Amino acid sequence: MSGVSLGLIPLALLMWLCTYPSRALPMLAPGIERLPTWAVTYLRLAGPAALAALAAVNCLLTSGPAPRLLIGVEPIAVGLCVAVVARTRMLFPGVAAAVVVVAAARAFGLS
Amino acid sequence: MSGVTVQESRRQLAGDALAIAAYALPVGLVYGLLALKAHFSLADVVVSCLVVLAGGAQFAAAGLVKDHAPWVAIAGVTLLVNARHLLYSASIAPYAAKRPWRERAVMAHFLTDETFALSLAHFRRIGRFDARGYWIGAMVILVPWTAGSALGFLAAGAVDTTRLGLDVAFPAAMAGLSLGMVSGRRDIAAAAGAVLVAVPVGLLAGTSVGLVAGAVVGPLIGLAVPARPGQPVASAETVDATERAAEEGLP
Repeated sequence: MSGVSLGLIPLALLMWLCTYPSRALPMLAPGIERLPTWAVTYLRLAGPAALAALAAVNCLLTSGPAPRLLIGVEPIAVGLCVAVVARTRMLFPGVAAAVVVVAAARAFGLS
Repeated sequence: MSGVTVQESRRQLAGDALAIAAYALPVGLVYGLLALKAHFSLADVVVSCLVVLAGGAQFAAAGLVKDHAPWVAIAGVTLLVNARHLLYSASIAPYAAKRPWRERAVMAHFLTDETFALSLAHFRRIGRFDARGYWIGAMVILVPWTAGSALGFLAAGAVDTTRLGLDVAFPAAMAGLSLGMVSGRRDIAAAAGAVLVAVPVGLLAGTSVGLVAGAVVGPLIGLAVPARPGQPVASAETVDATERAAEEGLP
């Protein structure tokens, strides 16, 4: 375990640079938030779109330089997570359900 | 002002905060597990929690680092995922307008989904700004999120994460977080559109390119869908929808 490596701290700082302005600008420069309606809507839609794209490429595609479509229990488990989160409005039970399904499938040699 | 005293409102804030802390810790555990799989060090995990303090973007970064994505792609995804904070900050700004500039600059760093949801509800109840209320809302996510992440990282070294199915936690968490931000058919169209663009582009040009393409094009597809009749296209109501999601226990 590389507990003292600091290799990704510059990445954390880069991510802070990409996050802090959107948190600070309206508080520090009042009026800057008066964007056109379409821009405000785009900003609101960017969050769910980016996270959905992340989920999709990580459960439907293999990693590596030449990705392939992934057929297996993983997309079903992610779908189950979505159903549980929609029902309970809580993230953790959904993630736990997905993990249990995949672990069970692997234990029985199905994935 | 609704007649609620500051003390009464702070008590309600503390109760709501406990509920948030109760889920921030286990979600942090999942992040710690994923970060270990992505070859983060413990210092990387703790510093990212303290410096970035944005669960969705941190989960995304862990997955992208694991896939050896370029940092510019991680920066782009972070920018898109966290763009919603502009709306939060704009909602808090009128309450904080009379605070010193330096204090507002520090407050902004801690403006997460949960801090926004807790503190704005508190300010609305009492009809004014309350610094102690804001910091309760900030610490209730910072402390359990960081502690949970560190614990998850340390625990993950002792288990076979693939055999236990923990590798599916990342896409499942992303899908669940995305659902938590959905509050209407435009959001659904944006999320579905992002998936429909990301997968084929990812197959053709690599997962990182597919991801960025989906994240950029998805919202345009959402914009193309007409807003529901009688509902504002974008206003403070859009912030209210996100606030409700955060209050319901989604980071």
